[in-house]
Amino acid sequence: MSSKKDPQLPAERKGRFSRRGFIRGVGIGGGALGAGLLEKEATAAPPAGGVVGPGAIPITLNINGKPVNVSVEPAVTLSDALRDYLDMTGSKRVCDRGTCGACTVIMNGKSVYSCTVLAIDAQGKNIETIEGLGGPDKMHPVSQAFWNNDAQQCGYCTPGFVMACKGFLDEHPNPSPEDVKHGLGGNLCRCGTYMGVRKAVLEAAAAMKGAKKNG
Amino acid sequence: MADTPDYSWPSMESRKAMGKSIKRLDGPVKSTGRAKYTSDLRPRDMLYAVYVHSPHAHARVTGVDTSDAEKSAGVKAVHVTAPAGTEVQYQGWEIAAVAATTEQAARVAAGRIRVEYEVLPHLVKDDDLSKATGRTKQGGEKVVGDPDETFKNAEVVSEGQYGIPIANHCCLEPHGAVIQWQGDKVYAWPSTQDVTTWATQLSPNIKVDATNIKVKMDYIGGGFGSKFGPDAWGETAARLSQKAGGRPVKLFLERDAELMIAGNRPPAYGKIRIAGKKDGTITGWQSDTWSTGNMPLPYIIDQIPNMRIKHDTVSINSGPSRAWRAPNNQQLSYLTCSALEDFAAKIAMDPIEVFKKAVEYAPKARVELYKYQLDKAAELTDWKNQWKPRGSGSGTVRRGLGLGISAWGGAGHNSNCRTTINPDGSVLVEIGTQDLGTGTRTIITQVAAESLGLPMGKVKLVIGSNDLPPDAASGGSSTVGGVTVSTRRSSVNALAKLFEAAAPALSAQPADLEAVDGHIRVKGSPNKSMTWETACKKIGPGKISEMGSFNRRQPAPGMNDQGVGGVQIADVSVDTETGLVKINHYTAVQDCGLIVNPRLAESQIYGAIIMGISTALYEERFFDQQTGKYLNADMEFYKLAGIGDIGDIKVHLDIRPENDKRGVIGLGEPPAVAICAAIGNAVTNAIGIRVPHIPMTPSHVLDALEGRIA
Repeated sequence: MSSKKDPQLPAERKGRFSRRGFIRGVGIGGGALGAGLLEKEATAAPPAGGVVGPGAIPITLNINGKPVNVSVEPAVTLSDALRDYLDMTGSKRVCDRGTCGACTVIMNGKSVYSCTVLAIDAQGKNIETIEGLGGPDKMHPVSQAFWNNDAQQCGYCTPGFVMACKGFLDEHPNPSPEDVKHGLGGNLCRCGTYMGVRKAVLEAAAAMKGAKKNG
Repeated sequence: MADTPDYSWPSMESRKAMGKSIKRLDGPVKSTGRAKYTSDLRPRDMLYAVYVHSPHAHARVTGVDTSDAEKSAGVKAVHVTAPAGTEVQYQGWEIAAVAATTEQAARVAAGRIRVEYEVLPHLVKDDDLSKATGRTKQGGEKVVGDPDETFKNAEVVSEGQYGIPIANHCCLEPHGAVIQWQGDKVYAWPSTQDVTTWATQLSPNIKVDATNIKVKMDYIGGGFGSKFGPDAWGETAARLSQKAGGRPVKLFLERDAELMIAGNRPPAYGKIRIAGKKDGTITGWQSDTWSTGNMPLPYIIDQIPNMRIKHDTVSINSGPSRAWRAPNNQQLSYLTCSALEDFAAKIAMDPIEVFKKAVEYAPKARVELYKYQLDKAAELTDWKNQWKPRGSGSGTVRRGLGLGISAWGGAGHNSNCRTTINPDGSVLVEIGTQDLGTGTRTIITQVAAESLGLPMGKVKLVIGSNDLPPDAASGGSSTVGGVTVSTRRSSVNALAKLFEAAAPALSAQPADLEAVDGHIRVKGSPNKSMTWETACKKIGPGKISEMGSFNRRQPAPGMNDQGVGGVQIADVSVDTETGLVKINHYTAVQDCGLIVNPRLAESQIYGAIIMGISTALYEERFFDQQTGKYLNADMEFYKLAGIGDIGDIKVHLDIRPENDKRGVIGLGEPPAVAICAAIGNAVTNAIGIRVPHIPMTPSHVLDALEGRIA
């Protein structure tokens, strides 16, 4: 899709926001990036137009099939954009550095930690969040399986687990119990609900295949 | 007046809602991401607050300059919590906080606060008492019988060194609150295990009457004993809100601060000697231990006739200790059970038999229970065939089995409940409690439904606010014992009023009525019956609203109780080349009382074990001794167990009539106790030598195997 033709797009947007532009614009880099790399990328960045921030800038995200306009500072992560600007709080901020999986969303078909993606970099991508799955009255088979198998206690890790599970099953519709242990290894739970999660993933796999057959 | 109603629980066989594995009521909102936790809230005009923390483990603040931060874009309030002169006692100590219109703006402004420190000498190492000069306090010595003579004349003396370090709670939802202080009123949405008394703890610090502090919390993302009071951040958020003209302020700790300052389980280290006979009889105990807190040894087997017990406390520059799911019991169980296993190995006896002899020294009421549980656990694990004497395995990967035992109280806390029955038949149950994820919502609703003879869906439950009938903190596994009794009593009381209203229409006495399957009917005459709704219409104008309470000082025999034991067995494989420990199977035999919901009870046990496996194998803080800095205050290197790290867990929950008769007993903590003990013993059994320090990481295992332990 061409985002430039989207009439909802704010006029200021030039479609050139990039990580390089962000880094240059803000003038500081994340601790994980070496200074040399920053220097090189900044030099390679296009002159005008790519420089944004540090104040908020308008962007458009494609979330659960709908374009959403929001104005965020370039340093805001996708996770924080969802939570603090769009009231989509299913994605939780826990480790905030790509370890625990509580912020998992699906982007262009792949599970990603939304705390490691800048909101401005998520433009033009198809973002699926847990809010796009069914709600409590019409649960997605994965959510239903998590409930059926008591795969949640405090529930703070659960939405991330549900999204990681959906992403995993989209790619591995017929997993073995061993596959589940590896495929869901990127999400952490502190209450210790893994026994329920193991069963839930297998049950969801069966239910989703059933749904496909029936539908 | 009628006599006191009969509140006793319906018989096991007759229960319709209680005792059933009903799915947790908040499962759908949690599984779909719709549950709103405190950290998800965003009331209108909310400001985001960010803390500045001390980078030093021990220092004196000599200056805090906030002038640049105050001028920073978007900033609405700055509050200094550690002014010049403050002696900072640990890294992460709160110095100042900024509230701004966006979190990013608050972060930028926080970075502009200039703090000057005079750095002072620190102690961050807790595992070596010899380095703690001037930081220790001797706890004195307790002597029972004649330990010196006993050890001198003993047939066998075993001894060992054991250690279990500080662990961080690492709740997934960090500590924090959203607070609005407007005029003389404070609205607080904390993440807390204690909705009822949170306000009374904040009140004196901000000089606002507790009646003017409204507290509300729907969901909490983990507490585990670390989230009771308002803490420093509760007050800081309130003051920022006041300074910002009453706009709500959200202040949650970032992950590094969460690990540094919001939850430290005390460590325990020391040397233990056991004197005994070759037949496995223990005759003497000697322990010399230290911790940042008290560690009353020996655990469970405290009736040994001859003992010398010495314990020192040491203060280190690390975040304050907090209660952890069965406080201190993990440490005590680990130290005691490790020493028992070492004694068994010394006399070449099966540890099951040694433990069975040792529990003769447990409190009398539990001796037979532990023996029964040891046999049961041995049976479930096929111990007789699977267990091999210590170190008898060969090859690179060696298997071992190990034992741990536990004890916990679990008595109910003070609780008040109100049950309201409306003329339209709707039912409201209200308690100022909280559901930590243990399933409190579900079990309260089960008890109300059971008591009123209604389906679960007919009962509306409201919890999570200090406007409701007061409950108490969810700690000590006390919630279930309290809320079930208060709910039962208020519901029975309300039902008695409904019987009074309905009795004339059934030409019966209120005392002859019963509520079954959505009907009010005459006992013994099922034909003389009316639907719940018809009966409720007889209430007339107004409604029925009755209270029910449980007070700890007035025991409710048969309704709730305390005191459970447990035995757990770990089956592990240890790779002697890499030092890697893998859990094969983990088995728990858990004593219990009346179980309201077996599904939720089992989840508690699984969860407790998984959390225990995490501390036994992975969780370890690393400090730079020179700078005093916590190097892995994150979730990458402060490692938690994942879904593939826990082996297969088998739970034997001892649901049986004798236990049911005791009434309800809390279950969140008892199964969390024995895991380090069982896994430590299993590793030792596998490789033939003691790995003294938890966690059983490759580094610790290889140190032991290669004799690098002093």
